Amino acid sequence: MRGIVFVYLAFLLVIPLSLILYRTFEHGVGPVWRSLTTHQALHAIQITLFVSLWAVALNAVFGITAAILIVRHDFRGKRIFNALIDLPLAVSPVVVGLALILVYGRLTPVGRFFDDLGHPIIFALPGMVLATAFVSLPLMVREVMPVLQEIGVEQEQAAWTLGASARQTFKRITFPSIRWAAAYGVVLTLARSLGEFGAVAVVSGRIVDKTQTITLFVQERYENFDAQSAYAASFFLAAIAVLVLLMMNLLRPKEPD
Amino acid sequence: MVWKARSNGASTFWHDITTPEAWAALKLTLVSAFLVALVNIVMGTLIAWVLVRDHFHGKGILDTLIDLPFALPTIVAGLVLLALYGSNSPVGISLAYKQTGVFVALLFVTLPFVVRTVQPVLVELDQEMEQAAASLGASNTTIFRRIVLPNLYPAIAAGAALSFARAISEFGSTVLISGNLPFKTQVAAVYIFGQIQSDNPAGAAAVSTVLLAVALFVLVSLDVLQRWAVRRG
Repeated sequence: MRGIVFVYLAFLLVIPLSLILYRTFEHGVGPVWRSLTTHQALHAIQITLFVSLWAVALNAVFGITAAILIVRHDFRGKRIFNALIDLPLAVSPVVVGLALILVYGRLTPVGRFFDDLGHPIIFALPGMVLATAFVSLPLMVREVMPVLQEIGVEQEQAAWTLGASARQTFKRITFPSIRWAAAYGVVLTLARSLGEFGAVAVVSGRIVDKTQTITLFVQERYENFDAQSAYAASFFLAAIAVLVLLMMNLLRPKEPD
Repeated sequence: MVWKARSNGASTFWHDITTPEAWAALKLTLVSAFLVALVNIVMGTLIAWVLVRDHFHGKGILDTLIDLPFALPTIVAGLVLLALYGSNSPVGISLAYKQTGVFVALLFVTLPFVVRTVQPVLVELDQEMEQAAASLGASNTTIFRRIVLPNLYPAIAAGAALSFARAISEFGSTVLISGNLPFKTQVAAVYIFGQIQSDNPAGAAAVSTVLLAVALFVLVSLDVLQRWAVRRG
């Protein structure tokens, strides 16, 4: 049985990964460095960082708020709200992009409004931030929620009775206890945002040197027969992914306390 | 979006999803997702079994490696597979622009689902029952079939449903390897993408609605199945 598993994983995972590593560094480090420092590649990295950091910031605020709402408050439609949070995980990223276009596209009233203000959403950075934040929303909420449930409300109630304001309670009591979960959520959200492809491909318009992220760069370079650049950028993304995996293994055991 | 798909009436909706191209894309997506779930049921359970019950050097590395398809951006996953199964494949197997290529890409991105749902159940599983069965003279296959497997059914079902849902919505990893040949290797997500690009949001919305409905149906039936299993004890 061990043999079957090894062969399966070798052909699906290990050999392809080693091969792409070999192909990337076939001609040494020089070409990899050169293709990652072209103007286009640097611009793509910059766009990716901008979009990802905004998505992480948005999800940190709204993710933690949504988690607190679901765990600590009762309101009508809470079950539906709770179920809706997971939706981005079950929906194709392309469909997410389509939904955003149908709401914010240039032919809709909302889209025209923002267009007239001079800040178009679709085929521009705001749309890309929205799309990325949408697909990575559940990660933050689902990390923070179980911790909130576990710590209970006693400490928070104690703070209330001692006259603490809502803000003080959050800053001194709630946040310190969820900070590891939140950190874990940030890492997951960041990883997902950096690697997001489908939703961004739809709403960005894939304009080189304007709305092209690293993942879009990989596709565009590969389809233009510049495999070296595509491999180099993939290696860059894969290195981040491995780093995230290692970080997750480090962060995990710290969570219980 | 559902509203957009329906806004032109039910007959247009039906027309949009039964254009030959859309229909072929939907059929390919659903059939491959189903097969992917089947392969994952067998291989995922096997991998989980080996990871929990077997002992060998480098098990920790293998365990971490399983998560890699989740951590890797999907477009990179596609490129990785093309390195081995592309047109200049070193082993002479070219799956580029073939339906098998799509299938392998989906297997790659859904690999962790069944493994990660079955693994914790196997760890928790009490081995006393198996020992009792063995002492009563049951063979290894009988023990696995009669004792271990029934305990794993809910976890396997959950993992399979998740990999099916993921497989029908997959875009990034199939975009490069499939070559997007309509009627042949174009999956539903790629078809939707093409319709958006060619300015046919209604057609895109119609196929999206079908995907959404299927995903919802699978996830809801999983929920119902699990509740039923819990009630039955």
